[in-house]
Formats: sequence, C-alpha cells, structure tokens
Amino acid sequence: MAAEVGAARSVARKVPESFEQVTKLARYQLREYVRSRRFVALLVIVIAIGAILTVVLAHFRGLLVSDTAAFYGSFWGGAVDLIIILSAVFFGGDAIAGEFQNKTGYFLMGLPIRRGAVYAGKFLAAFLASVAILLIYLAILLLNGIYYFHANAFPWQLGVALVLALVYLAAVMGATFFFSSLFKISAYGFVLTAILFLFGFSLLADVATDLVKIEPWMIISYAESTIGSVFATNPNWGFTGVQTVAPIVGASWSAGIGEGIVIMIGYFLISALGGLWLFEREEFS
Amino acid sequence: MAPSIETIGLTKRFGPFTALDNLNLKLEGSKCVGFLGPNGAGKTTTLKLLTDMIFPTSGDARVNGVSVRERRKEALADTGVLIETPEIYPSLTPTEALEMVADLRGVPAAERQDRIRTVLGEVKMTDWADQRVGRMSKGMKQRINIAAALVHDPSVLMLDEPSTGLDPRGMAEVRTIVRDLKQSRRLIFLSSHILSEVVDVCDEVALIDRGKLLFYDTLENVTARFSGGFTSVDVAFARPLAPEDVAQKIGTLPGVAGVQTLDPKRVRVRLNGGVEAQERLLEALAGLHLGAISIADSGSALEEIYLSQISRGD
Ligand SMILES: Nc1ncnc2c1ncn2[C@@H]1O[C@H](COP(=O)(O)OP(=O)(O)OP(=O)(O)O)[C@@H](O)[C@H]1O
Ligand SMILES: [Mg+2]
Repeated sequence: MAAEVGAARSVARKVPESFEQVTKLARYQLREYVRSRRFVALLVIVIAIGAILTVVLAHFRGLLVSDTAAFYGSFWGGAVDLIIILSAVFFGGDAIAGEFQNKTGYFLMGLPIRRGAVYAGKFLAAFLASVAILLIYLAILLLNGIYYFHANAFPWQLGVALVLALVYLAAVMGATFFFSSLFKISAYGFVLTAILFLFGFSLLADVATDLVKIEPWMIISYAESTIGSVFATNPNWGFTGVQTVAPIVGASWSAGIGEGIVIMIGYFLISALGGLWLFEREEFS
Repeated sequence: MAPSIETIGLTKRFGPFTALDNLNLKLEGSKCVGFLGPNGAGKTTTLKLLTDMIFPTSGDARVNGVSVRERRKEALADTGVLIETPEIYPSLTPTEALEMVADLRGVPAAERQDRIRTVLGEVKMTDWADQRVGRMSKGMKQRINIAAALVHDPSVLMLDEPSTGLDPRGMAEVRTIVRDLKQSRRLIFLSSHILSEVVDVCDEVALIDRGKLLFYDTLENVTARFSGGFTSVDVAFARPLAPEDVAQKIGTLPGVAGVQTLDPKRVRVRLNGGVEAQERLLEALAGLHLGAISIADSGSALEEIYLSQISRGD
C-alpha cells in the first residue's frame, strides 16, 4: 500500500510501509527519551540501586553470597520487578496520553500513518529503552557475581530469569499502554500502573490465596514470582493449578515457570491489544 | 488525477449536539478554497473529519478519492495538514521535527535537507533552525507547523487558520506562501476568519454556519449573487457635517441609494453600480465643497455578504 505519491510534484516520494514507519517512529521516540533526560534519570536510579546493592553486599556478605541461587534470587528475582515497573511508567506512561494532553497528536496524526503503527512504534521504543535499563542493571549484578563466584557466576537459571523478566516487562508495558490509551491525562495512567504493580496485584494474590483459597493464577504478581523461583533448587516448570492445597490453615501455591510465561504473555496480549483497540477509537477532539 | 477533497453527507454529533450536519462538498482541481464561518460553525470539525482525527457519525470524507476512515494512510499520503495549532515535541529543533515528518512521509533522504532548508526559509525560521522548539513562541511554532505541512510538497493542503498567533508580518507572509503555492498544481482548503486573506488568496469560498453549508461558489459568483449590484464606500471629511447636509446634499446625489452617518466626520454611502458610480460620487462630492478628504471602499464585499448570511439565522 505504499502508493507512489506526488509523482507530478517536485518532491517524488513513496510513503514507507507501515513496519518501516514503526521502526522510524521508534527511533525518533528513543531520541526523545534521551533528549528529555528521561533515560538519564532512570539510568541514575538504576546505577544508584546497583551501587547500594554492591555496598550492602561488600559489607554483609553472609547468606546472600553463599551461593548463586541466593544471590541472583535476591537481587534479580527480588529487585528487577521494581526496575521494570519504573521503566514502564517512565517510558510508556505518557506515550499515548501525552499525545492528547500535550496536543502533539495533532502534529503526528496528520501524517499518513496508521494508528496501529504509531502505537507499535511507541511501544517498541518504550520496550527497547526499558531493556537497555534492565541490561545495565544485569551488568552491575554480573560484575558483583563474578567478584564473588568467579567462573560460577553464570548459572543457567539466569538466562531463564532474564527471559522471564523480559516477558514480565512486556506485560507491564502492555498494561501501561492500556492505561495510557484509556485516560487522556498521563498522570492517571502513571498512578494506576504504579499502584497496581507495586502492591495492588500482590495484595489481590494474597486475598485469593489466604481468604478465597484458590490458586491466584489470574493475578500477574503470581506469575512474576517465577523470576525469583527459577533459582530454587527444584524449580517447578509445569502448571501448578492442579497441585493439592497444603493441608494446614494457609493454602499456598507457587507458579510453575511455564505457567508464569503463559500468564504473563496473556497479560501482555490482552492489555497491549486492548490499549491499541482503545487508541484506534480515540478522537483528537 | 486532479487533487480533490470530498465530503458526502458528512455528519458529526457530539452527544446530542450536531456540530456538522450533512455536509456535501466537492473541491477538485488546483485552486484555493476559503472555508468561512463564525466561531463554532464546524470548520475545524470538518477538517478533523477529513484527516481521520475524529470520526463521522455518518457520511464519508475522501481525499484524492480515498476514504480517510477506511484507508487513512493512503488518503493522507499526498496531503499537508495543519489543524488546531499542534504542539511539536519540545526537545526537537525545527530541522529535526521536519526531518521526522519528511522521513515518515517518505521524502528521500537525499532531498530531505534541501527541502527542509527551503521550507524553513519560506516561513522565515532559518535563523532558528537548530534551536529547541520548547523555548519558542507560539507564532514561531506555528511557522514550523506551516513548514511541516509543506515539506513534502503535497498536492492537497488543509490549513485550519494558519495565521493564528502570527504577527502582522507573519500573516502577510502566509498570504505570500499560499499565493506562491497556487502556482503549482495544488488544491488548498483554507479555513480562516480573516476575510481579506481569503479574498486575497482564494478563488472560491465555502461558508458554513451551525454545521450547515450556506454556499460554495467562486468568489466572483458569490459577490455578484449577494451584493445585488451595490457597492458601498466610506467618505471622510475635514470638519463635522450638518445632518441636513448628509440627507439633502449627499443623499440626493445621482447613483446614491443611501447614506449612513458613522460619526460626525464620516459617512457610509451605498451606491448603485460599481467603480463608475464611485467615480461620479467623487466628482460630485468635490463640487459640494463639504470638506471631503478621502473616499475608500467600506471593506470587502465579502464581509457584508458574510455578515448578512450569518446573521440571517439569529
Ligand atoms: N469534543 C467535542 N465535544 C463537544 N462539542 C464539540 C467538540 N468539538 C467541537 N465541538 C463543538 O462543535 C462545534 C463546532 O466546533 P468547531 O471547532 O468545528 O468550530 P470552528 O468553526 O472551527 O470554530 P472556530 O472558528 O472558533 O475555530 C462547536 O460548537 C464546538 O463546541
Ligand atoms: Mg476552528
């Protein structure tokens, strides 16, 4: 559908294919993250977190460096979700709402570009910027790991945990874009994403487990726990939905890694596509 | 294929309110069409529907024969659009903002810098080409918006009050730009409140009020149709006039259909006929020795037509 246009005009041109527009837009958006100092701000935060963890480790050592499972379980499994949520909110929070709120949408939407391409381009940019932040955190972690465990610093679980973190990032970003499309005011999306992912979902999971006594597979924080549990001695790969409940008072479930991935991909698809559906129907009025 | 803009039964309701009511308009060929109407008439609504920024309640909007709702990318491929004074990402410079537009529109990389320099020159922003947009004034941003609509040399231009926020020189520059643009095969749809601007650069006018099209015709036809063969001029005098002089001396001159006192030293004279009637009036006034010092067209004929058409519904 890249119709030759302006053939009779002084500037001959051909509107790029939609997928090209997606990557072009993503590139401009990434530059915008750098220019607006958003990227630098998050970089500073991540480096600060990395520095604190390095100092804490050097000081206390103990159990945390007793083996790689404990080390990565705490510092990847336990901390990466915070970095993911911050990245999603920083890069994706106003991706769609900002176009309405700041009236920049009138600049963009007069162009021959599908709304889907605008959405995908912005999503891609926000995702890649977050991945960069995650990798920087991972690098800090690995440097510490190499210091304490030398050649043993690279357990295979780390690779799986990285993939899990990326899938979780996609899910959180999807939700962020959903809220960014839902509200024309950026702040609502910021606040809702942060509240839900920082405590909302884990609260719901607790309620499901402790009060209703069901496996909280539908709550994403349950699936997210696999990022840490993969480092356990016997990580559970399969679905845990059929596991029997512990006989005592408190029921407990732990998500299998495969199950976690499926749930997180489900969250990603539903929220990202839902956001796109909303954006396709939103008017610049 | 000649450039075209077409609305077919285009209707837009916001809740119970009908902002645009069954608009049927077909603009085709290279020309400039002025789009007039009072505040809230539905001009911006029409242009937003034509660019798929908002969606019709019923009817269809087509650009170059393509429905914008069904195939927005194709329909907007050869258009330049300026609607609602857009904001530009503040961290970009004008050059970068235009690069993004040109890139996404498919202007070949080899030509981009040349085109960007040209259009920034046209809107007199060359000196600010590499400053951040965030620090610029409203009028400067509007100039960049105009440049963005032109950077790829489109065959259809849709401009919603492009002079908004511009200083008098900027407004004059916009006129020059639009007039120059008409030189090459192009359709320009220009919404404006500045009637002199429309008379100056447009060939045709469409007038809407309360979401309804009142007329769409060439400027000549509109003037001929609505002015009924009258012209009116304002005459200024060196000293105050006596009321009886106004009625008895000026009011009875040949060709004068009516006189209205604007202030003690100024009257508006309605004449039967065009320039020849003005010529006779001037000679006759000189003979009266009332101290007449100037005679001028009382304002564009379009303004009178506009006012008479718009106030009709009140
Ligand atoms: N999102 C909206 N919700 C409700 N009413 C709206 C909306 N957008 C526009 N309107 C109404 O539609 C009518 C037409 O508005 P529009 O902006 O098209 O007018 P206009 O001719 O461009 O006016 P102006 O000369 O002031 O720019 C107005 O009465 C306006 O209040
Ligand atoms: Mg308007």
